[in-house]
Amino acid sequence: MVLPDILVQVKRVTDEVFRVIVEDNGPGIVPAQVPYVFGKLLYGSRFHQIKQSRGQQGIGISAAVLYAQLTTGVPSLVISRTDAKKPATRFEITIKIETNEPDVVSQKEVEWDRTHGTLVEIELRATLAAKKRLVDYLKYSSVVNPHARIRAEIDGEVFTFDRVSHDPIPLPCPIQPHPHGIEIGLLKRMAGDSALPLDRFLVESFSRVGKKAAVEILKKADLSPSKKAKALTAEELKPLLAAMQSVAIPAPPTSQCLSPIGEELIRKSLDKEFMLDFVKAKTRPPSVYSGHPFVVEAAIGYGGKLAAEEKAIILRFANRVPLMYQQGACAITQAIARVNWRNYGISQDGLPVGPALILVHVAATNVPFTSESKDAIAAIPEIEKEIDLALKDLGRELKTFLSRRDKHKLQEDRARALCAIIPEIAVKVAEITGKPVPDTTPIEGRIMHRLVAKKGTAGGTVRIAIRNYTDKPVSPTVYDTSPDPAPDAEPKPGYTHTVGDDHTRVWKLTLAPGEGWEATYTGKGGGTLDIQGVGEAVKMVVDLDV
Amino acid sequence: MSKEEFDALARTKLLAIALEWYNEMQGGEIPFIRLPTRTKANIEYDIGSEVWKYGDRESTRAATSEKGALHLLKMAYVIGFIKQQLAENRSSTLRELYYISEGWKRAKFGAQDESNLLIEDLEIITDLQREAFHLRPEEDGATVFGPLRIRERTRRGVREIHCRDDVGEAGYQIPNDVETVEFLEHDAKFVIALETGGMYARLIENGFDEEHEAIVVHLKGQPARSTRRVLHRLNEQFGIPVTVFTDGDPWSYRIFASVAYGAIKSAHISEILATPKAQFIGVQPSDIRDYNLPSDTLSDKDIDALKAELSDPRFDSEYWKGQINLQLGMKLKSEQQAFAARGLDFVTKEYLPARLSEMGVI
Repeated sequence: MVLPDILVQVKRVTDEVFRVIVEDNGPGIVPAQVPYVFGKLLYGSRFHQIKQSRGQQGIGISAAVLYAQLTTGVPSLVISRTDAKKPATRFEITIKIETNEPDVVSQKEVEWDRTHGTLVEIELRATLAAKKRLVDYLKYSSVVNPHARIRAEIDGEVFTFDRVSHDPIPLPCPIQPHPHGIEIGLLKRMAGDSALPLDRFLVESFSRVGKKAAVEILKKADLSPSKKAKALTAEELKPLLAAMQSVAIPAPPTSQCLSPIGEELIRKSLDKEFMLDFVKAKTRPPSVYSGHPFVVEAAIGYGGKLAAEEKAIILRFANRVPLMYQQGACAITQAIARVNWRNYGISQDGLPVGPALILVHVAATNVPFTSESKDAIAAIPEIEKEIDLALKDLGRELKTFLSRRDKHKLQEDRARALCAIIPEIAVKVAEITGKPVPDTTPIEGRIMHRLVAKKGTAGGTVRIAIRNYTDKPVSPTVYDTSPDPAPDAEPKPGYTHTVGDDHTRVWKLTLAPGEGWEATYTGKGGGTLDIQGVGEAVKMVVDLDV
Repeated sequence: MSKEEFDALARTKLLAIALEWYNEMQGGEIPFIRLPTRTKANIEYDIGSEVWKYGDRESTRAATSEKGALHLLKMAYVIGFIKQQLAENRSSTLRELYYISEGWKRAKFGAQDESNLLIEDLEIITDLQREAFHLRPEEDGATVFGPLRIRERTRRGVREIHCRDDVGEAGYQIPNDVETVEFLEHDAKFVIALETGGMYARLIENGFDEEHEAIVVHLKGQPARSTRRVLHRLNEQFGIPVTVFTDGDPWSYRIFASVAYGAIKSAHISEILATPKAQFIGVQPSDIRDYNLPSDTLSDKDIDALKAELSDPRFDSEYWKGQINLQLGMKLKSEQQAFAARGLDFVTKEYLPARLSEMGVI
């Protein structure tokens, strides 16, 4: 299977006119369909199909073509190819506004370097004032489509959002509509297309309707089981719909019709785009509202390069599409604000505040938006509950991370005080009192119970001192990396490894309990000191030059 | 005590701190110090001395955390520096100390507040004042004008000065280290301390000091330690009353309170800085009313400050509660120079004589 490769270009034609080119390596569109897909509003591809998909009504691309036509008058260009064995076809398309029918200005077969895929080019009046949002949209799209590579060239600036997964996502399979989630229009269309008697129509065209349920529905609607579905009148459809929605029917199957991203991939793509100290994701089990299956996924990222003092970044998605507008009106935002984040160690001002990022993805066969613009998800209790559970789960994991980190910080802080500053106090106090410098290693040993390694530079000499304060012998390997070539290192390192300007000196040691070791050489210091072969919990490396 | 003895005392007390840390470290212990907690919550009224002092709460600073260890390291550097300064008979300002710390690497101060606080810590531990460490503040001390003869030990020898006959129009400038000044004799009935320079000059120009035999002191806003020290000593040594004349707003009442009862930052030396018998002249809210003084409307901050003073133990008297409530009712404040609306002589010929006799000072 082919992994998506998407190229987006926005080119300035004049101050107010831009040319937008979007190109993919998808399966292409057969030439006969192209005019309808791009040149007819509401040409839906999903009637009779219940599955999770990006679009719903068939408005997006044809509205873009229409907008271009209305603002610049330039027909939109489409090139599509379905197979390496077939040629590509190039169209120039407008929409006949009076009849909502496509007007193909030109159509011809052309050479194209792609074996399959689609390119659309539209010229429209616009500004690039919201360029950052546009880039964010692509970046966020990449986060929830970890198998896709998105490249963009926007007014001369190039962005690449690479894929983190090479496994194509399983395609969501369409399922039959569930009686609880159906609307009158769809019922009418389905009945009109069916040659079956009502009892078989109910069992065979709907999800989870058994014979018993069909009988109950028809009894409630006062309809004969043998009546042909096609013959239903408008007056008969209404009670039928009411009966279908009131009779108890098991929830629709959820697993195969939804395509969540998965915890692993969300984690990977967030880490790639934001470089975080902590990131965890949670995919909830599928659930159902009003006969529509849905699944909620959430993730929390913390630290890294996120701004420390600002409100948390919120990434909202519906069926892998980023929601960029009306954040405040969205059920996702409200669910996030309702969680008591202070419980999990994050401050809060409505939304959580701090170096945090919260992602919520709602995947559903029918995403309940607050309006046609599809900017915000409506407040459906079942969905809100799932978001809440996912966030609280993640909150607990974040809390564990934060308290572990704080504990570690405290230990580091203590170690720095003991191993770096107390010796300095000792030197100063000795100078003031005119006495010899007191030995502070007993203080270190009593408090630390660890292998303590220190590196410091004074008067052009770098000194590495290691002491085993544990009660067992240890065999550490010391890696000292810095730009110092240190030919006079004493004792001589086991070997020296040079990469570019950095030299890494390696010593292998064995230290009895209480035993110390020291190395010195001429140099400027800096770089890093790393100790291997000793457990994380029983070693402490201190840089005295910080 | 001679200067040499005094320096030796400072040296001994500072070295004792270093020696204690030395012994702690020698014994395998983490060095630490204990200090009274320096917050408003730990300020108590001392009935014996009638001033505000630190209470019993103490906090420990130990080198168990990076912050605590750095604090001790900085203190060690400061002790080392003062030791050297005492040995070389040099002195420096608090600001200079802050800059000197630039060369102390890890022990360098982040801001001057930090070094000032550390010096106050050392004052508390050693029971000495910063002058004993040869450290002086940046700000000028008070200026004094009136029938007072003093003797000052200056770098160029001992000088005897009469604070009216031997000085210019601006008066005698008291040095930062008040301990170098001796008060010899006086012909004054009382001391009048003024918040603003304008009023100080007005009293001198109008000959108020001669007419009423008064020592006139310029507070320069919130008074420096040396200024408060002078008022304290004039009151204690000569037994003459100290009066304070400020603007009529909540901030000025606090100037009076710090003269009379002490301040949080220096509560460890309230006993030698505060003048509990100091009396407040005005501007009183009732003066604004009775003299129909030109006034400004109270700001929200003024109102909050007045309300805070209502619950401040230093203003817990019938007199202050009455005046503050009156002011909150009028919502007005006046500056002391507002008396000029009645003519330049009004304040010295009418207001002050009337008010001071009402207070029983003249």
